[in-house]
Amino acid sequence: MNLNTQANLSEPDTFYAALTDVHRQLDREQSECVNARLILLLANHIGQMDVLNQALRIAEDIE
Amino acid sequence: MVKIMQQTYKNPIYPYTPCRELKAEEPLHHPVIIVGAGPGGLALAVDLALQGIKSVLIDDNNTVSVGSRAICFAKRTLEIMQRLGCAERMLEKGLTWRHGKVFFKNEAVYDFNLLEESDHQVPAFINLQQYYFEEYLVDRAAEFDIIDLRWESKVISLVSHENMTQVIVSTPDGEYTMTCDFLLCADGANSQVRKMLGLESKGQVFQDRFLIADVVMKAAFPTERWFWFDPPFHPNQSALLHKQPDNVWRIDLQLGWDADPAHEKQEHIIRPRIQAMLGENAEFELEWASVYTFQCRKMDRFIHNRVIFVGDAAHQVSPFGARGANGCIQSAENLVWKLATVLKKQAPLELIETYDIERQHAAKENILNSTRSTDFITPKNHISRIFRDQTLLLAKTHDFARTMVNSGRLSTPCQYVNSPLNTPDEDNFCSLLAPGCVPKDAPIFIARQQDWLINHLGNQFVALISYKQITAMQQQYLETLGKHPLLKLLVLCPGSVNTKLPENVTVIQDAKGILAQRYDLQNGTTYLFRPDQIITARWRQCSAEQVIGAVNRALGFELTGPVSNASSIHEEVII
Repeated sequence: MNLNTQANLSEPDTFYAALTDVHRQLDREQSECVNARLILLLANHIGQMDVLNQALRIAEDIE
Repeated sequence: MVKIMQQTYKNPIYPYTPCRELKAEEPLHHPVIIVGAGPGGLALAVDLALQGIKSVLIDDNNTVSVGSRAICFAKRTLEIMQRLGCAERMLEKGLTWRHGKVFFKNEAVYDFNLLEESDHQVPAFINLQQYYFEEYLVDRAAEFDIIDLRWESKVISLVSHENMTQVIVSTPDGEYTMTCDFLLCADGANSQVRKMLGLESKGQVFQDRFLIADVVMKAAFPTERWFWFDPPFHPNQSALLHKQPDNVWRIDLQLGWDADPAHEKQEHIIRPRIQAMLGENAEFELEWASVYTFQCRKMDRFIHNRVIFVGDAAHQVSPFGARGANGCIQSAENLVWKLATVLKKQAPLELIETYDIERQHAAKENILNSTRSTDFITPKNHISRIFRDQTLLLAKTHDFARTMVNSGRLSTPCQYVNSPLNTPDEDNFCSLLAPGCVPKDAPIFIARQQDWLINHLGNQFVALISYKQITAMQQQYLETLGKHPLLKLLVLCPGSVNTKLPENVTVIQDAKGILAQRYDLQNGTTYLFRPDQIITARWRQCSAEQVIGAVNRALGFELTGPVSNASSIHEEVII
């Protein structure tokens, strides 16, 4: 299965606001913790190693 | 090591006896010399003896393991011990646990219950101190005249030639020289033989220090495995508590690489730590304690000329997941039948190379698994620690995170799926027991007696054939296969069999239907097992030629390169 990189969020602006709202009152380390939990929860939901690997390859390319 | 009296176990002292080499005018020659009478060396000697191969087993000490050391023996090891004839005492003495708890900082994160598959003769694992494991093997070895076990005998130098090895041994009565076809080195992580040959065991750079302590509890304490991440009594480190026989509890406290072993070994430093761990009301006696370091490393090649490395000498792992001693016993088993068939000239010398192929694969897998556990337990950087801690916090309420908590995965046997000895599958099976896998046990009947499949596999090639009934055609087929000198036949047939069958055919029944289910057996299905019980081929329908072809393939006759007739092996080795 392929990682879906086409637009898939029904409400992209709402999600983006919700994501940044979660971090608004947090310091850097608290934010790292929230992000880690989010990644773990979403990774489990996706469940497929090949999809996760594709996401990891795109994410690690920070150039 | 702390000088604390061990109350529950007294190490046996095995007598040194002078050997005939001391008076010999010329060095005596042996087919096999084994260095190191630990779990690996002893298993090698007993297994070789079952194959009728003589060995000289030397050890520089005169007793079994001092301290409990390896304490968790997994199913595969117990099945091997069953075949070697010493599982009974181990199972009787050893104990199992099913419940465990994981703690993070000051709270219990979750409980678990190991649900193991039923209908196996041996449990998923037992906890047993290494000294018992070794003692039972020493006793078993003593039952064989062809095992020459020499205590207080230390290899002080050796010369490795292409076709033989010469060793000089130091004893209380002086030195002597002997030669051998094969030298098997099971002399541990700090293998002296490896050093003498200038060989290296190369590691992933991973180092840590642990304090291990055995304590005897004075009051009842639950039989559970408790693992702490970052506990309040031992901040930023890990701690492990689990039970061994004799009411002895093993405690592993991670100290970190910077810890000073001399300081940590002192009783007044150890006691308060353990007290904090067990609770202020727990009364205990300190039985034994030691500080140890470990590395994850292995040799690039386990075979050098006719010197073969086994166990920690060849491959070393972190203790999480009990892959050290268990991996060692599997390496020993993998080697013995290959060595034996080569020495008996039933297989080409190339077969021994597959020990390196198969066990390198296993060593990599064991190192990978134990490194992953270690990296979870000791996060390598800030963000790794964040992920680790959040995984533990999520595990309190979310099931999925529990599967990611890694305090050591129970050792499972390696699958040699890409081994050149396998005959690849051509038929479809609804069973994962493919060529290269260890067998799964199942309850059977033989002549109306309850028994287990695993007891009838091993030591030679075994073909398991499933028939609804034995017709004249099948009888003829069994007679053809029955003539093969290295093959034993197990015929699964539901009804009574009145036809006369060759002597090496055993008729079995499926006691609960589990055998047919685990192997997906249908009328005509055949599985071929190697002498180490590994599945090497399977078919829905096959000819006698296919079975014999697969036996020859598993014996290494199809390996690339010139096939040796093993002519350089000495004649006197076959007894």
